[in-house]
Amino acid sequence: MTDLEYLKLSKPAKLIFRIHQFFKNLPGMAWNGLKGLGLAIARLFGGLGKSVADLVTTFKDGDWKTRLSYLIMGFGSAARGQWGRGLLFFLFQTVFNVYMFMPNAAFSGCYYLGKLSTLGTVETYKEGRRTVYGDNSFFILLYGVLTIFFILAFIYTWRLNVKQNRISEQILKSGHRLKSTRDDVKSLADEQFHKTLLALPTLGVLIFTALPILFMILVAFTNFDSTHQPPGKLFTWVGWDNFHTLLSTDTASYGNTFSQVLLWTLIWAFFATFLNYFLGMLVAIMINKKGIKLKKMWRTILVMTIAIPQFVSLLYVSKMFAADGLINGALMRWGWISSPLPFWTDPHWARVTIIVINVWIGIPYLMLIATGILMNIPADLYESARIDGANAFQMYQKITLPYMLFVTGPYLLTSFTGNINNFNVIFLLSGGKPLSLELSGNAGYTDLLITWLYKMTVNDTNYKLAAVMGILVFVVTAVINLIVYNMIPSVKNEEDFQ
Amino acid sequence: MSKKQIPEVDIVVDEKAGVIREVKQATRSKSGHERRVNTSIYIILVIMSIIWLAPFVFLVFQSFRSYKLESGGMVDYLLPKNGWSLDNYRFLFEGSNFFPWWGTTLLIAALCAAVLTLATVMIKRLGSENRHMKTLLTVLALVVGYGLFIALMVRLLGLAVSAEIAGKLVLSALLLLIAGYIVARFYLKQDSRLLRSIPGYEKEKTSDVVKKVIALFAEFAVIFAILACILKPMTASQYLNWYGNTLTVALFTAVIQTVIVLSVSYALSRLRFRGRKLIMNVVLVLGMFPGFLTMITLYFLLKQLGLTQSGAIPGMILIYCASSGMGYYISKGFFDTIPKSLDESARIDGATRFQVFLKIIMPLAKPIVIYTILMAFMAPWGDYVFASYIAFGSEPNFNVAVGLYRWVNVNDYQGYFTRFCAGGVLVALPITALFLALQKYYVEGVTGGAVKG
Repeated sequence: MTDLEYLKLSKPAKLIFRIHQFFKNLPGMAWNGLKGLGLAIARLFGGLGKSVADLVTTFKDGDWKTRLSYLIMGFGSAARGQWGRGLLFFLFQTVFNVYMFMPNAAFSGCYYLGKLSTLGTVETYKEGRRTVYGDNSFFILLYGVLTIFFILAFIYTWRLNVKQNRISEQILKSGHRLKSTRDDVKSLADEQFHKTLLALPTLGVLIFTALPILFMILVAFTNFDSTHQPPGKLFTWVGWDNFHTLLSTDTASYGNTFSQVLLWTLIWAFFATFLNYFLGMLVAIMINKKGIKLKKMWRTILVMTIAIPQFVSLLYVSKMFAADGLINGALMRWGWISSPLPFWTDPHWARVTIIVINVWIGIPYLMLIATGILMNIPADLYESARIDGANAFQMYQKITLPYMLFVTGPYLLTSFTGNINNFNVIFLLSGGKPLSLELSGNAGYTDLLITWLYKMTVNDTNYKLAAVMGILVFVVTAVINLIVYNMIPSVKNEEDFQ
Repeated sequence: MSKKQIPEVDIVVDEKAGVIREVKQATRSKSGHERRVNTSIYIILVIMSIIWLAPFVFLVFQSFRSYKLESGGMVDYLLPKNGWSLDNYRFLFEGSNFFPWWGTTLLIAALCAAVLTLATVMIKRLGSENRHMKTLLTVLALVVGYGLFIALMVRLLGLAVSAEIAGKLVLSALLLLIAGYIVARFYLKQDSRLLRSIPGYEKEKTSDVVKKVIALFAEFAVIFAILACILKPMTASQYLNWYGNTLTVALFTAVIQTVIVLSVSYALSRLRFRGRKLIMNVVLVLGMFPGFLTMITLYFLLKQLGLTQSGAIPGMILIYCASSGMGYYISKGFFDTIPKSLDESARIDGATRFQVFLKIIMPLAKPIVIYTILMAFMAPWGDYVFASYIAFGSEPNFNVAVGLYRWVNVNDYQGYFTRFCAGGVLVALPITALFLALQKYYVEGVTGGAVKG
C-alpha cells in the first residue's frame, strides 16, 4: 500500500490497517529484538575479551606499583600520590574481604553463596524445650543475592583500579601532573557533579527497590508460603511450578480466577482512564467557556477530592453506600426501595459503583490537565472554524480532541498502567469484595491483580504466588507499554523541547 | 449562502452603497442561545459541586453526633437527633495531658511566627543603606522570637527540669537557632548579582506576607514535631500520637524526598554523563513492577535494622525516601524547559556545576520545588499499606490512616464510626488548607507532567 492509498482510507480503516501492520511486523520486531540481544551478548563477550587482554598488557607493561595493585587495590594510586583514591579502593577491598571471608564462617558471604543452590538443608528442630535453629532460607536467598551484587561490584571496582594505574602511568609518561585528592574532591562539585547528586539516590534504589524486586522474582521459583515459613521451616527451589499453579485451569489451580481478575483489571483500567479523560475534558471545556463566571470557584470545589486524603474520603464514601449507610437509609425512608440496594454485595453493582465513584475522584485531575492544554490551543483555529460554520461539536471533534489526544498521548498511557495498579480506590472502597466460592485464592469480584497480590501477601502469606503475580503484572504493564508506544506516532525525542 | 449556515456572524449590508458595512457577532437571537447554553452549564456545575462537596459536608455533620448519647455507629440519618455535640472530638483528646500543650503550642507558634514575620517585613523596609543595622535587628528579632517560643513552651509544659530534659531542650534550642538562621538567610538575602544579570529573570516580589507566615509556621511545626518526638507523650485514645507520627514522617519525608528528587532530576536533565540512558531505562523497568511486591522483603530488611514496630517511624521515613529517586519524571520535565544557555553563560563566567545548580537553576525552579514538597508532604497522610505492615501490632506507632482505618473496618471497633469522622475532619482540614493555598503550584506540576509525559 502506498502512502497515498493509506491517506485515502477512512479513520477506522486506518486504525485497522495500523493494528494489522503492527501484528504483521511483530515477527520482524521479535527477530530484530533477538538479533539486538545476540549482538549485545556478542558485544559483552567482546568487551570481556578486550578487558582481559587489557589486564594482561597492563600487567606486562606496568611497573611494580601497578603490578602490586592487582593484589592490593589502590596501592598504585596511593603510591603515585593520589592517596584519596587509593584509600577508597583499599577500604572497599577490605570491606569486601571481611564480608566474604568473615572469621565467623556462619554468616559470611561465602556461606550464603554456598547455600544458595539448596536454600539451606539443616532443619530447625526442638531439643527438649530448646529450639535449635537451622538454616534460614529467607536470609540465605536475600544475602545470597546481595553477595552476588557485591561480587559484581567488586569485579567492576577491581577492574577500575587496574585501569586507573594504566591511565596514571600514561599521564606521568607524557609529563603531566596527576590529579591530587584535592582536585578529586573539587571535581565532585563540578565535572563529576552527577556522581555527587546520584550516589545516594542510586544506593537507595538499589537496596530498597532493585534488591527486593530481584529477590521476589527468585521467590517466584521457590515454595515460600505459609507452610514453608522460616525460621521454623525451610523452603527450596521448585522451578516453574508456581506459574503452573496460577495459570493452568485445573480445578486445584488458580487459572480461572486469574483470568477473571485480569479481565476485570483491564476493564477497570479502561473505564477509569477513558471515562475520566472524556468527562474531565468536558468539565474543563464547560468551566473554560467564555462567559462562565467564577471559574476559580468551580475548580476549587472540584479539586477538593484531590486535596482531602483518600483514606478519609474513600472510606467515608464506601460507608455511605453500605447496606446500612446513608444512601440506602434515605432511599428506604423515602419509600423508593424496600430493601437496600446491593452496592457492595452484588458483583455487577459493586463494579459499577467503583467505576462511578472513581469518576468523582478522577475528574478533577483531568480537569486541571485539560485546562492547561485547552488554553494553549490557538484561538484563531476556533475563530476560523466558526466563520466556516462549524458547530460546537464539530469544533470539539476536529480541533480540541485531536489536539488533546496528541499532547496527552503519553499521559493516557501512564494513566492506564497507573490504573492497573490503582490500589487505593479498590482497597478503600470495596476491599475486593464481594467474595465468592467460584473464585479461588480469596479473590473477590472487584479485586484487581494488585489487591489480590496484597491479600496473598498479607492475609494468606502465600509469598510464592504473590511473587508470580507481581511478575505477571509487570508483564502486562510492559506489553501494554510496548504496544502503545509502537502505535503512537509521536515517540518523542527527549531533546526536542529543550 | 443563507444566514443559517453562518450562525454566529451577522452581515449588515448597506443597500445604497452596495457593500458590506459591518460584520459583527451574535445578534439578539444568538445571544439568547448563548444564554441558554450558559444557564445549562451553570446548572450542571452547581449539581456537580453539590455531588462533589456532599460527602465532605456529611462527614462533618456526622462527626458532631455524640457517640455517648446517641449512636457512634453507622445510622441511616444525617443530622444528629440529640443535638450537636463535641463528644467525638473530645474523645480524640481524652485522657491526655497532651492537648493543652499541643493546642497552646500551636497557638504560640502562630503568635511567634506572626511577630517574626512582621519584624522581618519591617526590617526589609529599612532600605539597603544600613545593612549592619538590618543584620543586627534580624538577629535580635530571631533571638526574641525563639526565646519567647522556648520560654513559653517550658513554662506551659511545667517541666521539672531534670538534667536529661534540659539537655534535650538545649539541643532543640540549637536546632531552632540553626533553622532560624536558615530562615533569616532565606528571607533577607538579596538576589545574587548573577541572577539579576540573566535576561528575563524576574526578581521575585516578596511582599507576600501570608506566604511567609505559612513558611514560618511550618518551621515552628518542625520544631514542635522534634519536641514532640523528644518528649513523646502517651495518650489514652492514641489519636494524637498517630497524628504526631504522621506529621513527623510527613515533614521529614518532605525535606529528604525533595532533595533526592531534585538532585536526580537535575542530574538526568542537565548533565550528560556515561550511563545516563542506562539509569533511566533501569528505573523505567523497575517502575513497572508493582510496589507491594517488595513489601515482605522491605519488612525483613527493616527488621534487620530494628526499624519496625517500635521503630516504625524512622522506618517509614526510610522507605518513603529511599526509592523516591524513581519519581523524577515531572521535575525532570520542568528542568528540561529551562534554557541551556543559562548554564552555559554561567559556566563561562567561571561557576562550577554545583554553583549553577544552587544559584541559577534552583531559584528558577521554585514552582517545581514547591510542587515536590507538597506531594512528598501529602503522600504519608494517605499511606495505609506500608504503614500498617511496618507498624504491625504496635498501636502507638501507627499513622492516622492505619489507626482510623481500623476504627471503621475492624469489628472490635463497633460504634467508632462518628469518631472516625471526627478524626478524618481533623486530618483533612490542615491538609486541604495547605493544598488549596499551594494549588497553583500543584496545577503547574500536574499539567507540566502530563504534557511532557
